[in-house]
Amino acid sequence: MAELSDEELVSRLQGGDKSACTVCIDRYGTAVYRLALRLLKNEADAEDVMQETFLNAFKAIGSFEGRSSLKTWLYRITYNNAMMRLRQKDPALLSIDESWPPEDGAVIVPQQLFDWCCLPERELTSEETRQKLATAVTDLPPALKGVFLLREFEGLSTQETADALEISTDLVKTRLYRARLQLRENLADYFASAQPSGV
Amino acid sequence: MNHDTRQTCQQLLGDLSAYVAGEATTAVCAAIEQHLADCENCRVVVDTLHKTIFLYQQLPQPDLPAGARDRLIARLEIEPI
Repeated sequence: MAELSDEELVSRLQGGDKSACTVCIDRYGTAVYRLALRLLKNEADAEDVMQETFLNAFKAIGSFEGRSSLKTWLYRITYNNAMMRLRQKDPALLSIDESWPPEDGAVIVPQQLFDWCCLPERELTSEETRQKLATAVTDLPPALKGVFLLREFEGLSTQETADALEISTDLVKTRLYRARLQLRENLADYFASAQPSGV
Repeated sequence: MNHDTRQTCQQLLGDLSAYVAGEATTAVCAAIEQHLADCENCRVVVDTLHKTIFLYQQLPQPDLPAGARDRLIARLEIEPI
């Protein structure tokens, strides 16, 4: 069973084969949980969303037509469930976020020009730096974070990310770029402030 | 950004998304690289942007918590799907 292709797995799920559910969970459970955790910043909420995602997916599998991959479809359900949970907690946050970025196309101008590339490797890979990296990405606006997580952490292509988030490929590119610039700025501020000279 | 190269710096920022994604045309890549050779500030931005992406790709991936898989499978047993 574990060697089934995704197409065969979907076919078994659509045929009501319960053992196929376990295969699907073993194949994509960690990825679904990881995305939910990074969106929600809370392990209990992430596990709830993982459960909801698979329950929703198995109930709706009859309508899955294979226009996107099974993995992309599961990411879409995960993202929507996580967003719903965030919206319940903070409606104002997401009502702003949904229209982000603004349509004026303004270029983000980098402010922090400290060159931290040549810092010692131990500083770039320290536990404190890792914590900073993780915090910075969880603090991104959700619209940027969804794109960044799927592209950089989950390895989806631009088209797969667009399919998962139901947005255009151009918007994926714009949001990814803005996320990267924002994280660069954040990290540059962090490394600059950590220098003895207070750059 | 340097005052005398502001226009070119702005153009670089406009093209940087495609450049970092490896999707820029040869001509755009050449223009960016020529600008980077002369503009220290833009070189820092591009280098630290690449390094930021690299550091994120090196981060360890979180695992499922112990028991999460089994709790989900147990829930599937009691909820009709």
